[in-house]
Amino acid sequence: MAVARARQITVKSPADIARMRRAGRVVAEVLALVESELRPGITTGELDRLAERHIRAAGAIPSFKGYPGNNPRKPFPASICISIDDEIVHGIPGERTIRPGMVVSIDAGAILDDWHGDAARTFYVGDEPPTATRALIEGTRLAMMAGIAAARPGNHIEDIGAAVEDIAAPAGFGVIRHYVGHGIGRRMHEEPQVPNYRTGWTGRKLEAGLCLAIEPMFTLGSYETKTLPDGWTVATADGSLAAHFEHTIAITDSGTEILTTV
Amino acid sequence: MAKKDAIEVEGTVIEPLPNTMFAVELENGHRVLAHISGKLRMNFIRILPGDRVRVELSPYDLTRGRITYRLK
Repeated sequence: MAVARARQITVKSPADIARMRRAGRVVAEVLALVESELRPGITTGELDRLAERHIRAAGAIPSFKGYPGNNPRKPFPASICISIDDEIVHGIPGERTIRPGMVVSIDAGAILDDWHGDAARTFYVGDEPPTATRALIEGTRLAMMAGIAAARPGNHIEDIGAAVEDIAAPAGFGVIRHYVGHGIGRRMHEEPQVPNYRTGWTGRKLEAGLCLAIEPMFTLGSYETKTLPDGWTVATADGSLAAHFEHTIAITDSGTEILTTV
Repeated sequence: MAKKDAIEVEGTVIEPLPNTMFAVELENGHRVLAHISGKLRMNFIRILPGDRVRVELSPYDLTRGRITYRLK
């Protein structure tokens, strides 16, 4: 079936990866821009407009805008996802005003010359996060880096999830299971899935030319999620805080390269 | 994409199998082998044991189906 073939894992050439690096750079710039503008008083809709303007000025297309979801009549309406506090992913920017003490996750994606970049970071609004909040945000970032370090030729998909899980487990964080990392290239979401925990399946052997979005999502509570009535926003079922970090990476013969960086 | 003559039923995921196949127990107790529709995969949604799902069955082979939606 045609659909099944289109979902195969794709292996990228060095020239492809060079193009993905350019797309990744736009995404990294967007996250840096949003970080510099993220302050009490700004609305999430204003942050989204800044992000979209930057993406388009770079000659790229916001990949999230118009992305089809479960309801074909409600594609994602914005250029970035902004998920606050107990929201994990897919939060829709709008009239909400940023306030001190918020935990704000920004997810951005851009298409440049047909190639995708996808990255996310979680920020605390204010100077001194509570200890548990700081541990959650820093732990999620560390887990992403551990996952990236495990994504090297000769390892398998399962090694990535194991590395991420081994950061979460001792700290007692919930590891989101229903949403996972993914292959990326000319499509935002390609095979394989990249879970953030051990599944019991070894999974695909990692080799040069694979490009993956590695994106742990941790919570201060359980891993159960719920989708809000807007049809998009995914939040923790127990209301606990969530954090999300993501990089697009390329596995090469000389090592693993982060593509969503400036 | 959906076949006009497909039958839609709900079921519970029993067990993940290789190649994104799943064993799904339908409401009527039947077990089918189901793969994931392209739409669901795009959302980087992962199907887990215990999930309630909507399954499209082919009237020509009622032991196989396609998961089109994760409920809840």
